[in-house]
Amino acid sequence: MLNTVYQLKAPRQFEVAFKDIELDQEHVIVRPTHLSICHADQRYYQGTRPEEILRQKLPMALIHEGIGTVVMDPTGSFRQGDHVVMIPNAPVERDEIIAENYLRSSKFCASSKDGFMQEYVSLLPDRLVLLPEGINPIVAAFTEIVSVSYHAVSRFRRFAHSRRDVIGVWGDGNLGYITSLLLKKLLPDSRVLVFGRNHSKLNDFSFADETYLVSEIPSELTIDHAFECVGGMASSKAVNQIIDHIVPEGTIALLGVSEDEVPINTRMVLEKGLHLYGSSRSGREDFVGLLKLYEENPDIVSYLENIVGSQFEVHTIADLVNAFETDIHKLIGKTVMVWKE
Amino acid sequence: MKKTNVYGVVLAGGVGTRMGNVEKPKQFMEVGKKPIIVHTIEKFVVHPGFERIIVLSPKAWIKYTQDVIRKYIPNASDIDVIEGGATRNETIMNSIRHIEEQYGLDEDTIIVTHDSVRPFVTHRILEDNIRYAREAGACDTVIPATDTIVESTNHCNITNIPDRAKMYQGQTPQSFRAKKLRSVYEALTDEEKQILTDACKILVLKGEQVRLVDGEVFNIKITYPYDLRVAESLLGGDILC
Repeated sequence: MLNTVYQLKAPRQFEVAFKDIELDQEHVIVRPTHLSICHADQRYYQGTRPEEILRQKLPMALIHEGIGTVVMDPTGSFRQGDHVVMIPNAPVERDEIIAENYLRSSKFCASSKDGFMQEYVSLLPDRLVLLPEGINPIVAAFTEIVSVSYHAVSRFRRFAHSRRDVIGVWGDGNLGYITSLLLKKLLPDSRVLVFGRNHSKLNDFSFADETYLVSEIPSELTIDHAFECVGGMASSKAVNQIIDHIVPEGTIALLGVSEDEVPINTRMVLEKGLHLYGSSRSGREDFVGLLKLYEENPDIVSYLENIVGSQFEVHTIADLVNAFETDIHKLIGKTVMVWKE
Repeated sequence: MKKTNVYGVVLAGGVGTRMGNVEKPKQFMEVGKKPIIVHTIEKFVVHPGFERIIVLSPKAWIKYTQDVIRKYIPNASDIDVIEGGATRNETIMNSIRHIEEQYGLDEDTIIVTHDSVRPFVTHRILEDNIRYAREAGACDTVIPATDTIVESTNHCNITNIPDRAKMYQGQTPQSFRAKKLRSVYEALTDEEKQILTDACKILVLKGEQVRLVDGEVFNIKITYPYDLRVAESLLGGDILC
């Protein structure tokens, strides 16, 4: 079938391409319904990735956060009309130790293969997870980014020592909001402190135990463990501030993406015996675990509704451009496209 | 079986003399290693809105059409291949008769008629056709005219140049409430039937509402060898995946 694919050809320039989808016995055909824009998509759209990377990857369909409706499933895993979340990570091998999202051979939508901005998406059945009935589709659209936080918190529970009285989250953006929310749910006995640069954004973290402006952190404040959800140019400042306030043998989860190398006070990492670990993307078990958590804690979905920024019905490429341009100027919140194209 | 009361009607009646290869109808020419008609039918097969798909073929090509469908879409069990009529409208009437005899016809039965040689039709266009046919009774897929339309009644001099802002180019699908279309068509005289070759035009002349559906510039009809090359190049965007 000649599938219509909406690719970014060059920064700020979309074009229509066609690719033949085989209607075979192995793949499920999904009609995307709600797609959410991520910072990674914006880096391609605005052309802020290095020139060489853009040359290598474009043209490519963007978007790796999205849900859809099953229209055809010869594998019998789903029924026609089922609402599913699409997993953007596509492993091509299994490893007993290394998770699917860290295997160098894995493909990832809107990074090493076309993303979900397509008329139909063809996926293997294990790349789809059934959504809970009645879930708000606008929130479900950005399940992927929440699964990234879920994955990071799961790793924290494996890696971190058991004294978890105070956990600090650096970053007052979407990732900081989601990570601190999940920490409150998954570690109810821990106090979660959030550190950010914008007072009004920090006010949105109503579930957190305390919030601080990074310029006004009391010098005596200590944390047992930390999550860095800052990324970009401010990564270095955030990580070094964490190193200053964390107690010895604590763990620091690094979640923020930076295009540049990040200088870190390694002397103090050594002296305090800290554990720094990266956490990126997620795999099927994270999606499954997260959706179960949604079902058990419907208030998580309610909290996530608070970070829905804008919704756009997308019928044309002009609508698509409007959604991406509006997303650039948002203060906080996810931009979700209701996919009608 | 899905009970939507909506039928896809793929019109493959032409023998394609304009293609330069009169031996084989143009819908069987290949784009991207598959016959054009297969790509078109696949769009209907994947769309969940259709109860069945009726493919209308010239009598001599019915078996071949069935074989091609079996080869490329082996698991599609909801496709009927039947004989087309002498004209486009007669072909559509054949599809309505077939639906009535095999599956039953009522006031709400919708047919989405589409050229077999427009394989780039999208989910959105099909969706809009079903919606507007239900709401308005009939709809036609169009794109705004890009060239100025010049009218000449004597084929020698310009008699009129209509305002381009009001002009559209017709594509397909064209979609209808099947019973309504048939009753209007059957009320025509034989002479009128010869002249009125477009189903939407019949309804418009009889004062019926026909809604416009936004088409796409790439929803091209593969009629000439040039179109085949355009179609191949549209599909040629083989990137990354």
